Amino acid sequence: MKAASMNAHPSLVIGQPVEIPDAAAEPEAMVRFESISKTYPAYRGKPGVDALQGIDFAIARGSITGVIGRSGAGKSSLVRLINGLEKPTTGRVVVDNKDISALTGRELRLAQRSIGMIFQHFNLLSSRTAADNIALPLEIAGWSKADIKARVAELLDLVGIADKHDRYPSELSGGQKQRVGIARALATRPSVLLSDEATSALDPQTTRAILDLLANINRELGVTIVLITHEMSVVRQLAKEVFVLDAGHVVESGHVADIFTHPKHPITQSFLAEVTGDSLPVSLASRIVQEPGSHAVIRVQVRGAGAGDTLIARLARELGLDVSLLSARIDEIGGQHVGSLVLGIPLGISGGEGATTRTLAWLSQYQFPAERLGYVA
Amino acid sequence: MSPELINLIVQATFESLYMVGIAALLGTAFGLPLGVFLATSRKGELFAAPTVNRVLGIVVNATRSTPFIILVVAIIPFTRLIAGTSIGSTAAIVPLVIASTPFIARLVEAAIREVDGGLIETASSFGASPIQIVLKVLIPEALPGLLLALTLAVVSLLGYSAMVGAVGGGGLGDLGIRYGYQRFMPEMMLAVVVVLIALVQLVQSAGDYLARRVNRRLRHR
Repeated sequence: MKAASMNAHPSLVIGQPVEIPDAAAEPEAMVRFESISKTYPAYRGKPGVDALQGIDFAIARGSITGVIGRSGAGKSSLVRLINGLEKPTTGRVVVDNKDISALTGRELRLAQRSIGMIFQHFNLLSSRTAADNIALPLEIAGWSKADIKARVAELLDLVGIADKHDRYPSELSGGQKQRVGIARALATRPSVLLSDEATSALDPQTTRAILDLLANINRELGVTIVLITHEMSVVRQLAKEVFVLDAGHVVESGHVADIFTHPKHPITQSFLAEVTGDSLPVSLASRIVQEPGSHAVIRVQVRGAGAGDTLIARLARELGLDVSLLSARIDEIGGQHVGSLVLGIPLGISGGEGATTRTLAWLSQYQFPAERLGYVA
Repeated sequence: MSPELINLIVQATFESLYMVGIAALLGTAFGLPLGVFLATSRKGELFAAPTVNRVLGIVVNATRSTPFIILVVAIIPFTRLIAGTSIGSTAAIVPLVIASTPFIARLVEAAIREVDGGLIETASSFGASPIQIVLKVLIPEALPGLLLALTLAVVSLLGYSAMVGAVGGGGLGDLGIRYGYQRFMPEMMLAVVVVLIALVQLVQSAGDYLARRVNRRLRHR
């Protein structure tokens, strides 16, 4: 964004839906943050908070994009900026070529109908049935009764709970409630679906089913999905691209596979550790000592497609060692293998370290990051 | 008890029901919007107007802390202005409405504040206007609480209505004082008390029943 075009920008005329002239330059962006900062002023003795700073990125049209961060990283502020519930302190948020941060009142409410949102705690009205909950945004948008009825039936079908039409939320399971939430969010045919920790209150199996449903919706309806989460597994299963948020800054971004196979920022590495399990099994950890025993314990990081497939076999063959596998955890992220192997390397009869040294040298030659954890008796 | 006396009781019961019924209707008509506003007008809320909120809060508290019998006497000129007279059941409705409106407003405020704030955010996120949020989210979600609040208001009004006898308002309280106390007819006093107890029971049961019926939150748990 050039400073010159910024000055004369029509978005400064509040209340007008603004077509962004340079949208053609980036036609693929559905959500664009332009030099966003968000500061909450000091209030009643609480100090002010800089929730977001220097946020500048775009979310591609039709994509499933993850925004991952710990609590307090600024995720909630980010979502609330996208759907216009909050205004940025500086910069602007462009959603579907409309400067949502410049809209107010009726114009804003109209724009919000093209942004659906699902919530961690579902936020269904307890006084309405599943069907009537889904109907709510349509009633608000002023649809006719007949149109609402047809659309609701369609949506219940889409999310696979047509039989729950007349059930109240208190009669539904968590997964069913979230399906109602998804149907409600899609009711007005939005172009963006914001998912704010939508699976955090669900068990792993239900989480998978809901994520599958979201993937289908993305594929069939072409809805851009923004996944806000603190769970690595959610991003890994669904997103192609990810933005890592920490203390109000985007610290890392890119393709999920790249980011998580070669994490640079400590926060990203800590998210990855949740999946790859850098922590050792308790039974093994308790056996590791620092005085030489029968085997040295080496942990090898495995990253990349097919990486590590033949690692043990080659190591054993090329170095002529009886390598033992003490623990292993390998996962797949975007087609890439990510994980760690914990190997036992036999020490010489007199306790010689030769085999260990050769192993570490061999591993570094093939660019497997490795470290010695200690010894086992 | 003679048929004349029974007739008196029946007549007084209808007077009481008339006063309480109209006062409850008008009290709700004024108290419900006032209560919704009180619940949604603090800083950062739906109809944020912190100063107006504070001023209304003070007025409501002042009205509520004035003893009812003093309120009745103090506003006699106002009552005359509205009702054309300061005597009789119709005139008595004026102070009853003035006393019940702030009471209902506070109960409504409490019931509305019980609604999960996440629902307001949800409705806003799909473009609901503040009025739509009140009508489609806050009031329906608070309905069980609102019905219980209204029940409590009617029961209190029955108590208040017994006091307006002091200014010629008629009704059961008036009957109890004039016949039971001033004419030494303990059976009349007893009859009045029994009818009042029966009315309160009836109102409370009906209110509880309705509140339970509309409450979908706790079903099937």
